[in-house]
Amino acid sequence: MSIMKRMGMIFRAKANKALDRAEDPRETLDYSYQRQIEMLTKVRRGVADVATSRKRVELQISQLQAQMAKLTQQAEQALTQKREDLAREALTRKSGLQSQITDLQTQHDQLQGEEEKLTVASKRLEAKVEAFRTRKETIKATYTAAQAQTQINEAFSGISEEMGDVGMAIQRAEDKTQQMQARAGAIDELLASGALEDASGSGTDDISRELQAMSTQSDVESELAALKAKADPELASSQTSGELGAAQPAEPAADAAEHAPQAEGEAQS
Amino acid sequence: MIIRIMGEGQFDVPDDAVATLNELDSSVERAVEAGDEAAFRGALASLIEGVRSAGAPVPADSLSGSELILPHEESTLDEVRALLDDDGLIPG
Repeated sequence: MSIMKRMGMIFRAKANKALDRAEDPRETLDYSYQRQIEMLTKVRRGVADVATSRKRVELQISQLQAQMAKLTQQAEQALTQKREDLAREALTRKSGLQSQITDLQTQHDQLQGEEEKLTVASKRLEAKVEAFRTRKETIKATYTAAQAQTQINEAFSGISEEMGDVGMAIQRAEDKTQQMQARAGAIDELLASGALEDASGSGTDDISRELQAMSTQSDVESELAALKAKADPELASSQTSGELGAAQPAEPAADAAEHAPQAEGEAQS
Repeated sequence: MIIRIMGEGQFDVPDDAVATLNELDSSVERAVEAGDEAAFRGALASLIEGVRSAGAPVPADSLSGSELILPHEESTLDEVRALLDDDGLIPG
């Protein structure tokens, strides 16, 4: 038999089974309405859950993008310091992150699709529940139990079908969200454990350390050079004063003065 | 005739379009019986497209039941089999 017909029959059988449970068919109206309200709450919660997952994936994408930007910067920095090996390493890590981002982007689009579908389903169910509520009051007020049966069957088939459909849509969205949450959780763990940070260079990774060490080294060298330049003229002047200082030329003069009286004395005596 | 595409809503399809849709439905059925996933996907997509283009969306606040129901667009063969075999799958 046709797939479409069989599915239609299955849904109708479900609706009839629910109706058969009550002795007075009018009792099923309030009971069903309660269930519809519950289903509405469920589908709205479903929309919120999918939105939360989508936002989480968005956050992860932006975190990974920030890390990619950092790696690009590191590669540039490494090249200016003539460290092609480090630049290559940074770019390799960057390409690894790119594939993660592409994967997350696909997940994001799927979640967004689910979110939109559930939002539409939620609005549709809401309109049907409201229509059912009005019909329910009319049926309860106007019809006897016997008359009510046909009316209820009519009102019931559409809403029951919608509930079944929405129920399965929520289930599908939940399944998808759960799968993605497991993967998102793995990325969060990586981010938290520092493994990705390490691969992307957020300050404490090996590329950063090496670049830092190199820049520290060159800082030391340049400061040393600056100090030397500053120190050189002083050194030069102190050396000049040491060699050609006034004390030394004065000595021969003193000697001469000392010697002179001696010489004079000697000369005199 | 009202036809529901699951996950999408109900469509009011004029009777003169039903014959064409029945042909498309038969190829879906054959693919399900043959267990041919690729053929099933293609046939289901054509059938769904047929319903969409021939039918007019039923207003959201209508309480009419559907005569025919189609699985949602991304359904797999296994999902459809489960729907047909196990009526416990449909929350009632």
